[in-house]
Amino acid sequence: MNSIIALSLFGIANLFLGFLNNRKILMPATLAFILFALGLNLADWNTEVLWFNNMLRTNNLSVNFTTVILVATLLVVAISRGFGDDEEHSHPAEYYAIMLFSVVGAIMMVTFENLLMLFIGLEILSVSMYVLTGSDKRNLRSNEAALKYFLMGAFATGILLFGVALVYGATGSFSIYGIGNFVTENRMGQSEITPMLYVGILLIIIGLLFKVSAAPFHFWTPDVYEGAPTIFTAFMSTVVKTAGFAALYRLLSVSFVGEYGKWVYLLYFLCAATLIIANITAVYQQSFKRMMAFSSISHAGYLLMTVTSNQATTQSSILFYSLAYSIATVTAFAVMILVSENKTSNGKPDESFDAFKGLAKNNPLLAFALAVSMLSLAGIPLTAGFWGKFFIFSDAFKRGLILDLIVAVLMSAVGVYYYFKPIIASYMKEGNIQEITIKPIYKLTLIITTILTILLGLMPDLVKSIF
Amino acid sequence: MQQIPDVIRQIPLNYYVFFSAALFCIGVTGVLTRRNAIIIFMSVELMLNAVNLLLAAFSSYKADPAGQIFVFFIMAVAAAEVAVGLAIIVMIYRNIQTIDTGILNKLKW
Repeated sequence: MNSIIALSLFGIANLFLGFLNNRKILMPATLAFILFALGLNLADWNTEVLWFNNMLRTNNLSVNFTTVILVATLLVVAISRGFGDDEEHSHPAEYYAIMLFSVVGAIMMVTFENLLMLFIGLEILSVSMYVLTGSDKRNLRSNEAALKYFLMGAFATGILLFGVALVYGATGSFSIYGIGNFVTENRMGQSEITPMLYVGILLIIIGLLFKVSAAPFHFWTPDVYEGAPTIFTAFMSTVVKTAGFAALYRLLSVSFVGEYGKWVYLLYFLCAATLIIANITAVYQQSFKRMMAFSSISHAGYLLMTVTSNQATTQSSILFYSLAYSIATVTAFAVMILVSENKTSNGKPDESFDAFKGLAKNNPLLAFALAVSMLSLAGIPLTAGFWGKFFIFSDAFKRGLILDLIVAVLMSAVGVYYYFKPIIASYMKEGNIQEITIKPIYKLTLIITTILTILLGLMPDLVKSIF
Repeated sequence: MQQIPDVIRQIPLNYYVFFSAALFCIGVTGVLTRRNAIIIFMSVELMLNAVNLLLAAFSSYKADPAGQIFVFFIMAVAAAEVAVGLAIIVMIYRNIQTIDTGILNKLKW
């Protein structure tokens, strides 16, 4: 749990680094901070400790989730490019600091032991993300995205909190194990059943589904993802999603498991609905960024399928899927940032599929990284995404979730269609993209993520055995 | 002198629950139907205050301080949220001289 303390201090340190005239040291410093926090986090391995008066719990599950979150943050920071260091309105120190603070919130969301900490972590993460979404102050699209994200996020928080209050009223406890014990005793008929508990559980689940953008609470996602600066879209779609699912999984598996039969069918249904809506809508998108937003919704659907299960392999399935998804998403956005900055249409970066036309000719590395990440997101064998989907599907099959499974398999077939669009554009179509100059660290990140995706596709046990 | 929890307990618990639920529903309706960003924002605050009231009532009835502590956290975090939210609204007002969410349609919903 030292990583929370360290990251908070590093965030403040980062703000002070902003006073220096040399802005070049900000990114290496932030990378070093995150690596240090990663080390502190790994030091908690194989310990089960309660922190801060039973508010947070570190165990292997939380260490794993924190590792995924920190790795995703590391990759996102590595592909950030000083936020246009020559522009007068950019404040890189503040952006890096806010990113570190939001990671603190994300870590609190995966380690919480008390609903109070869930709320605080969620708010730290969300409020930071509102700021980052609107960080392109003169850009109306960024403004609009920030407002929509803010209003929807605050709305979702209100719903979550009302659920927390009702659950507290029914069980008399904010501790997730306290609630879990009450619900289990409730099941055995040792304490009175109140409908308040069910309404509370429902509202908490809805509040969290808003945050992870599962249908039908996904409508803000495409707008926000499209309007936000791309680097923060990458951050949002990896870190926020992983943290949200970790929180949902912990709540469902610890607190509400006693009333399993009451909520699980709702989640089965929402899982199928999310998969269908997201994948079908993604087919019709012209903008790559918007397609990635719907892709992130569809991956929320796959994760929803496994988050309800309570088997020995469930945790590692969620973790592996989150890791594979995060790496592939960051790679895809990294390539998109380079390509879209290179081409403009109507004065703004060109984010459509056409921007990738002819990418492979002069930029083989970028095209290859993009292809691998798209294949991984689509779940083609020999990539990490395939095994992520495989573990989730086999998990669902063991539980007899045939209907959801059929929908999921069909929808991943639909997914192949739109994930291949940028690959086809970059390899088959004619275009005139000149060679794009890439900074060494950027190149290194792309190479590492691509190798990781393929490596995990060849040897999933490398990571799966740790999780 | 009467203790505050005793005062709160003079009204039956169900009244608090129904009142909070009503406040919450008014807030939700406001968020979903209004178009002015400030009014939407106000409705969200109404939702949060419904939660605060409910937590304080439950806390008194259960003689458990945790609920009232939670209220303090909600107030503090709501204040932080207000700061960021108003900043976003001011930023938008500077760019387009209005805060009507209907104008903001550069991105389709």
